Amino acid sequence: MRESSPRRRINAGSVATHAALSLGALVMVFPFLWQLLTAAKSLAETAKVPPTFLPDTWNWSSFEEVFTALPFREMLFNSVFNTVGRTVGQLVFCSLAAYAFARMQFRGRNVLFALFLSVLMVPSSLLVLPQYDIIQRLGLLNSAPALFLPGMFSAFGTFMLRQFFLTLPKELEEAARIDGAGPFRIFWSIMLPLVRPALAALAVITAMWSWNDLLWPLIVNTDPQKMPISAGLTSLEGQFETNYPVMMAGSLIASLPMLIVYVFLQRHFVQSVALSGSKS
Amino acid sequence: MMSVFPSTAAARKASRSKPAAGSAPKSRSQRAAYLFIAPLGIGFAVFYFWPLLQTFYYSFTEFGAFGGNTWVGTDNYVRVLKDVTVWQALGNTLIYCVIGLLALPLAIGVAALLNRRGLRGVSLYRALYFIPFVTLPVAVGLVWNWLYNGDYGLINEVLEWFGADRRYWVSDPSTAVYAIGTVMVWSTTGYYLIIFMAGIKGIPQDYYEAAELDGAGPLRRFFTITLPLLSPTIFFASIICMINSLQTFDLIYIMMAEKNPAIGDTQSVVSLFYKWAFVENAQGAAAALAFLLMLIIAALTLVQFRLQKRWVHYA
Repeated sequence: MRESSPRRRINAGSVATHAALSLGALVMVFPFLWQLLTAAKSLAETAKVPPTFLPDTWNWSSFEEVFTALPFREMLFNSVFNTVGRTVGQLVFCSLAAYAFARMQFRGRNVLFALFLSVLMVPSSLLVLPQYDIIQRLGLLNSAPALFLPGMFSAFGTFMLRQFFLTLPKELEEAARIDGAGPFRIFWSIMLPLVRPALAALAVITAMWSWNDLLWPLIVNTDPQKMPISAGLTSLEGQFETNYPVMMAGSLIASLPMLIVYVFLQRHFVQSVALSGSKS
Repeated sequence: MMSVFPSTAAARKASRSKPAAGSAPKSRSQRAAYLFIAPLGIGFAVFYFWPLLQTFYYSFTEFGAFGGNTWVGTDNYVRVLKDVTVWQALGNTLIYCVIGLLALPLAIGVAALLNRRGLRGVSLYRALYFIPFVTLPVAVGLVWNWLYNGDYGLINEVLEWFGADRRYWVSDPSTAVYAIGTVMVWSTTGYYLIIFMAGIKGIPQDYYEAAELDGAGPLRRFFTITLPLLSPTIFFASIICMINSLQTFDLIYIMMAEKNPAIGDTQSVVSLFYKWAFVENAQGAAAALAFLLMLIIAALTLVQFRLQKRWVHYA
């Protein structure tokens, strides 16, 4: 009796914890379930009062309608292009600069690093007007490079990778240098593989931001054929005002690729956020 | 000069810190370093530093109908400060900022629950809570618009079942800004949850064990150990949260259709910037507005740093 009562209290506590956490999880996930259920209903059924929970008949025509109403296929492709372009660009440019800032000695290093970091503080609204002008002058409006060009350069990525490069032991480089390896060889075949977890974390968070970005694509690529899916969805809204099955189908298709990436690379997502949180 | 004949001070400093350059010729490794930095440096110069200067110049000019801009001095700034819509947008933005901060206590609460010893399914919960943050904001906005729908929305159905009146949540000027703010909280809680979980993990387990031996219950442990030791993380998160919510755009853009009567009551500073810059061709005033926003962000961040002495404990 004396032993069972605290245990029972612990069990009751853990049941209450699970109940609270599950309720929260339901709030987080239910909108997506409702999105799927609505997408499978007919337009008439969504106007029923009270609403049905499950569709009377599972009807997938809204998914087809999305693709006939808008160049959704091209938009998805543009989003992929944008995401890959920005991610690859950041991995290359940020890792090179981060390595130099962390491991190499050169004049003006601290000043340059502070200058690069200052980019973090500038809100994007201070930049987009002239950025638009530059893209226009390059003749790149409504093109794939317009989407990813400015986003390939990131102060956040440089800072994050630099922190990682700083933790590596010096002996590795010195041994390689004695063997006659040049700076680029050392960077590419010795140091870069060692920061792979940081590269993965940067890649997933950049991919997410790129896929989800709205303001910039809205500005540079106004041609539906050249829009990414984020901007495309806004025009779907303009076309189908209250046709919720079609809008739910469209928004589901648009968010699914990133969700699939998330399911498979969850660990890296979590790590990238935790890393960005620990930098203070 | 320096690189050819290093001064004695520099040489002493170099030998003390055992530079990566080692025995390799210094000028060669210096050149390599600049080459490593060059691609990013050029990108920053073209797409960040130059545009920043350019925007500053724009804020003192007016764009002609046929291109070219004329110098108007501080007219744009005067216009921005005198414009009622700017002040309204500023007010809305501050409301988003305050509502957005509600995600922090929610995330801390969930993180504390997940920190319970021996709890199962922690990574599943974390994964589920994070989903809204990963999801395309435009899609999120559409889904919530449907939930908020005045005629057939699920939220009204549920509220009616409890005896409340139905409302047109996103087109009623008195509720729209809160409706959008709620979605902001919903979609960012998971992000802060992960930050706080990482922060809590850094708190030594001994503290909890010692407190437990002293007979401190879970609530007491939370308020005397978790919360104070987490305060640096909370400080960091509140700065991120503030900077992000001051720049809210996506959700408002998607949730507020063009003819929505509550547009003025919901538009943020960035929404107004977008409208001026890319819809109404008032680039000069838009540039001035962007600088005003930056000043506000800087000022509020400074205030936060000032206030931190009062509540942030660095172990």
